[in-house]
Amino acid sequence: MQLAVLVIFLAAALTPWLYNRLHGQSANVLALVPAALTIWFAMHIPAVAGGEVIVHKMQWVPGLGISFDMVLDGLSLLFALLICGIGTFIVLYAGAYLKGHENLNRFLVILLAFMASMLGLVLADNLVTLFVFWELTSVTSYMLIGFNHQSAEARKAALQGLIVTAGGGLVLLAGLVMLGSAGGSYSLQEIFNSSRILTEHPLYVGMMVCLFIGAFTKSAQFPFHFWLPNAMAAPTPVSAYLHSATMVKAGIYLLARLQPELGGTELWITVLTSVGAFTMLTGAFLALRNTDLKKLLAYSTLMALGTLTLLLGIGTELAMIGFAAYLLAHSLYKGALFMLAGIIDHEAGSRDVRELGGLRKKLPVTAVCTLIAALSLAGIPPLFGFVAKELLLESLLDNMFSYVILGMVILASIFIVCVAALVAIRPFFGAFKAAKDEDKVHEAPSGMLAGPVVLVILTVLAGLLPGLAGDYFTLPATFSVAGHEIEGYLSLWHGINMALMISIVSVLLGLLLFKNWDSVYSVLRKLDPVIRRGPEAGYFKFMDGLVATAEWQTRVLQNGSMRNYLRTIILTLVLLTGYTLLSRYQLHWNFGVDFTFYELAAVVLLVAAAAGACLTSSRMGAVAYMGAFGFFVAMIFILFSAPDLGITQILVETLSVILLVLVLFRLPSFSNISSPMDRASDAFVALLTGALMTCLIMVTINVQLFEPISGYMIENSVPLAHGRNIVNVILVDYRALDTLGEIFVLALAAMGVYAMIKFKPSTAPGSNHHAGTLILPSKRIPERDIVHSWQEIHQRMLEEQNIVDARPEDDEDSTEQSSINEPQGSDSETKGEPKS
Amino acid sequence: MMKPGTLILHVAARYLVPLQLILSVFLLLRGHDEPGGGFIAGLVASGAFALYLFTFGATVTRDLLRVDPRNLIGVGLCLGMVSIFPALLNGEPLLTAQWWNIPLPGDSYMKMSTPLIFDIGVYFTVFGSVMLMLIALTETEEH
Repeated sequence: MQLAVLVIFLAAALTPWLYNRLHGQSANVLALVPAALTIWFAMHIPAVAGGEVIVHKMQWVPGLGISFDMVLDGLSLLFALLICGIGTFIVLYAGAYLKGHENLNRFLVILLAFMASMLGLVLADNLVTLFVFWELTSVTSYMLIGFNHQSAEARKAALQGLIVTAGGGLVLLAGLVMLGSAGGSYSLQEIFNSSRILTEHPLYVGMMVCLFIGAFTKSAQFPFHFWLPNAMAAPTPVSAYLHSATMVKAGIYLLARLQPELGGTELWITVLTSVGAFTMLTGAFLALRNTDLKKLLAYSTLMALGTLTLLLGIGTELAMIGFAAYLLAHSLYKGALFMLAGIIDHEAGSRDVRELGGLRKKLPVTAVCTLIAALSLAGIPPLFGFVAKELLLESLLDNMFSYVILGMVILASIFIVCVAALVAIRPFFGAFKAAKDEDKVHEAPSGMLAGPVVLVILTVLAGLLPGLAGDYFTLPATFSVAGHEIEGYLSLWHGINMALMISIVSVLLGLLLFKNWDSVYSVLRKLDPVIRRGPEAGYFKFMDGLVATAEWQTRVLQNGSMRNYLRTIILTLVLLTGYTLLSRYQLHWNFGVDFTFYELAAVVLLVAAAAGACLTSSRMGAVAYMGAFGFFVAMIFILFSAPDLGITQILVETLSVILLVLVLFRLPSFSNISSPMDRASDAFVALLTGALMTCLIMVTINVQLFEPISGYMIENSVPLAHGRNIVNVILVDYRALDTLGEIFVLALAAMGVYAMIKFKPSTAPGSNHHAGTLILPSKRIPERDIVHSWQEIHQRMLEEQNIVDARPEDDEDSTEQSSINEPQGSDSETKGEPKS
Repeated sequence: MMKPGTLILHVAARYLVPLQLILSVFLLLRGHDEPGGGFIAGLVASGAFALYLFTFGATVTRDLLRVDPRNLIGVGLCLGMVSIFPALLNGEPLLTAQWWNIPLPGDSYMKMSTPLIFDIGVYFTVFGSVMLMLIALTETEEH
C-alpha cells in the first residue's frame, strides 16, 4: 500500500517529462495510474468484506514511534476506492477541460500529488503520518484553488482555504498528540487494541475539542464553512474532486475512524449532532440563495457534510449503516454533478441558472446524466441517494432523537429537492438560453463525459442492487466505524413507513418551492446584509486584527532605530538572565584573584579604549578605539594561552575595522543628536549589562553545575580525533554540526548584506503601491508612505527627531544632499545611501 | 573615496598578497594539530584580498579572484555538506569523522580526513562571505 501512494507521487514527478512528449494526451496516460490502483484496491474487496484487516508495516522514524504502517479495513478501502476511482475520471476530465491550457502539466502534477496525499491520509495507521498527509492535502488544495493565480479572487479564496484548514490542522496536531499520549501509542491499531478507556481519560475533553476543530475546519462545518463555497474559484475538476468527493471528507473520515474509541460520549453526541444539523440546514438554506451552478452544488455539499457529521453523532447502528451509505451516495452523485456543471459552463459559457435554458437538445447526454444525478441528490427512488436518505430518516425516527433535529432534516431535504430541481431542470428545459450562440453549443468530448456517465451508472446500479453495494462497499465501512460487526442490510424498499411519508412530503414541498423559486430568490436576496455578517466577517476581522497587530509591533519593535533595537535586545537579556541568576543562585563575590602586572596593564588599557570609544567626538576615532579594544581583548586571550582565539580575534578586529571604514563614508556627519538624558539612559543600560556579566563570571567561578566536558575532549582529542589542536578538533569534529550551522548562518548574513547594498528602491517590496491584496481587499497606500529610496527613509528619521526641518514634498535632490550628507572628501555625486 | 594607492602600498600589496595566501593555506592545513584552522585561514585570505582591494580597487580584485565570491560561498557550503556523508558508507551516524592514510613516496603518510574537507569548506565560506561584503561595499563606493 505504501507503494500505491508512492506510485502516484512518482507519476506526479514524471508528469512534466511526460507532458513534454505527449502534451494534451498526457492526462489520458496518467489516468492509467489511478485506474490501475482502483483495480488493485478492488481486488481486496472480498477479503475486506469478509472482515479481514490488511496491515502493511514499514519503518519510518522508529526512535520517535513514527511508522509508515498502512491499514486497509472497510472504511479506508471505501475511501481508497473513491479516491482512485473518481480520481481516474477527474484526471481524464481535467485533460479535456483544460485542453490547450499552458499550465495543464502543472495542474496534473498538483492534482496527482493531492491524490497521493489523500490516499496516504486514509491508509495511514500512525497519527503523525496521518497528520503529514493531512497537511499535504491542505497545501496541494491551496495550490489547486489558486491555480488561476492571475485572478485575485482565486488567490484570495486559496489563501482563505489554506488559513482555515492549516490553522485547524495545527489544532488537530495538538489533539493528535494528546490522543497519542493518552492512548500510549501513536498507532491507531494499537490504540484501538489497548485496554485503556480513553473516554474516561482526563485529557479527553481537551483532546476532543482539538480534534473537533481540526475535523470541522477541514470538512467545512459551521462556523468554518465559508471557505468551501469560496474555493469554487478553483477549476471545475478540482471542485469535483477535492471539494465534494474527497478532501472535505477527510475531517469526516477522521471522526469516523476515531468513533469506536472516542465516540458515544455525551460530548461527542452533543457536539456532532448540533454542529452537523446546523451545518446541514445552513448549507441547504444558503444553497437556495445562489444562481451559480457550482455555488449551488458547493452549498449542497455543505449540507451533505453536515448530514454525515450528524449521522456520526447519532451513533446508533442504523446511523452507522446510513453513514457509510450516504458517504458513497454523495461521492457518486456530487462528483458527477460537479463535472456536469463544468461541462455546462464549458459548452454554454455560463454557470448562472438564470442565463441557461433549453440545453437538452444540444447536450443530450449531459442532460440525462444531470437529471439522474440530481434525482439521487433529491433522494428519489430508485437511486442510491434515496437508499441513503431513507436510512438517515429512519435512524432519526428509530431513536426519536430530537424533534428539533428531525425538523431540521426535513427542512433541509425540502430545500435540497429545490436545489436539485434548479440544477437539473433550469438549464435544460424551457426556451434556449446560453451565453454562447446556439450553433456553437455542442456536446462535450468523451474525456469529460466519461466520469459523469460512469458515476451516474454506478448510482443507478447501487440503487437497484443496494444489497450488493451494501455487502461489498458500505457495510464493511460501517463495521470499521462502529468497531464491531452489525446486523443490517441495505434495501431500496422498506415498506410504507414514516420515513417514506416524510420523503414524499418533502419532495412535494421542494417542488412547490422550486415552482416559486424566482420570488423566493428575490426575498432571500434581501437577507444579504445579515449573511454578510456571518462567520466570514469574523474571519476578515481576525485577518484585519492580524495585520493591525503586525503593523503595531513593527512600529514599536522594528522601528528602524539601531539604538532602540540594541536597547530592547540588551534589556531583555539583562532582565531574563538577571532574574534567573538572582532567583536560582545568590550573588557571589570573588575578589581574591591574583593579578600579574601585565595582565593588569592589559585590563587598564582595555578599559581606557572602551572609555575613549564612548567619549570621542569623531566617528573615525570611535572606530579606532573599538579596534584597539578588540586587540586588547585578543591580547588577554593570548595571555591566558588561547592562541587560536587570539588569532581569530585579531583577524576579526582587523576586518571589522576595514568594513567599518568602508561604511563610514556613507554615513552622515557625526552629529550629536541625543540629549544628555538619552545618553544617561544609554549609559545606564550599558552599565547594567556590564554588571550582569561581572556577576555571571563571579558565579561561574564558584558554581559548578555539571562536570565540565572539556576533560573528555582533551583526553580523546588525539586518540579519537587524531588532532592535537583541541579548539580545531571541537570545531570540525566534536561540534561539527554546530559549525556547519554557523557557516550557513555566515553565508546567509553575507547574502543579506549583499542584498542590502544592492538594494534598488524601484524593485523593492516597499515600492509596491498596493498592499494587502492577498488577505484583505486591496488598499491604496498614501503616496507619502511609499518608500522610494534610502535617502527618504533617513530624511524622515531625521525629521522625526527634529534634526532637520520637514521639507516640502516634491523638492527632491538638491536640499536633501546638502542637508544630510556633508560631503566627506568624497565624490559629491555619491549617492549617499545612509545606513541608519 | 578610494584614491589610487601610494607607491609603497602598491608594491607592498603585490608582494604581500601571495605571501598572505600561502600563510592562509599553511594555517588551514596545520589547523588540526597547531593553532590555525579553516576559520582563521579564511580570515587571513580575506585580509590578503582586502589589502589588494584597497590598493587596486574592486574590478582588478575581481579579476584576480577569478571566481565570484558568491560561488566561493556555494563551494564552501557544498564541501561542508559533502564531508558529512562518507560516514554513512561505513554505517556510522552522519558527520562521524573518517580518516584515510594515503601513503606517499618515502615511507610517509598523508592524513586525509572528512574533518579536513569540512575545514576547507569553512575556509571557502568565510573567505567568500567576507569578500562578498567587501567587494560589494567597495563597488558601490566606486560607483
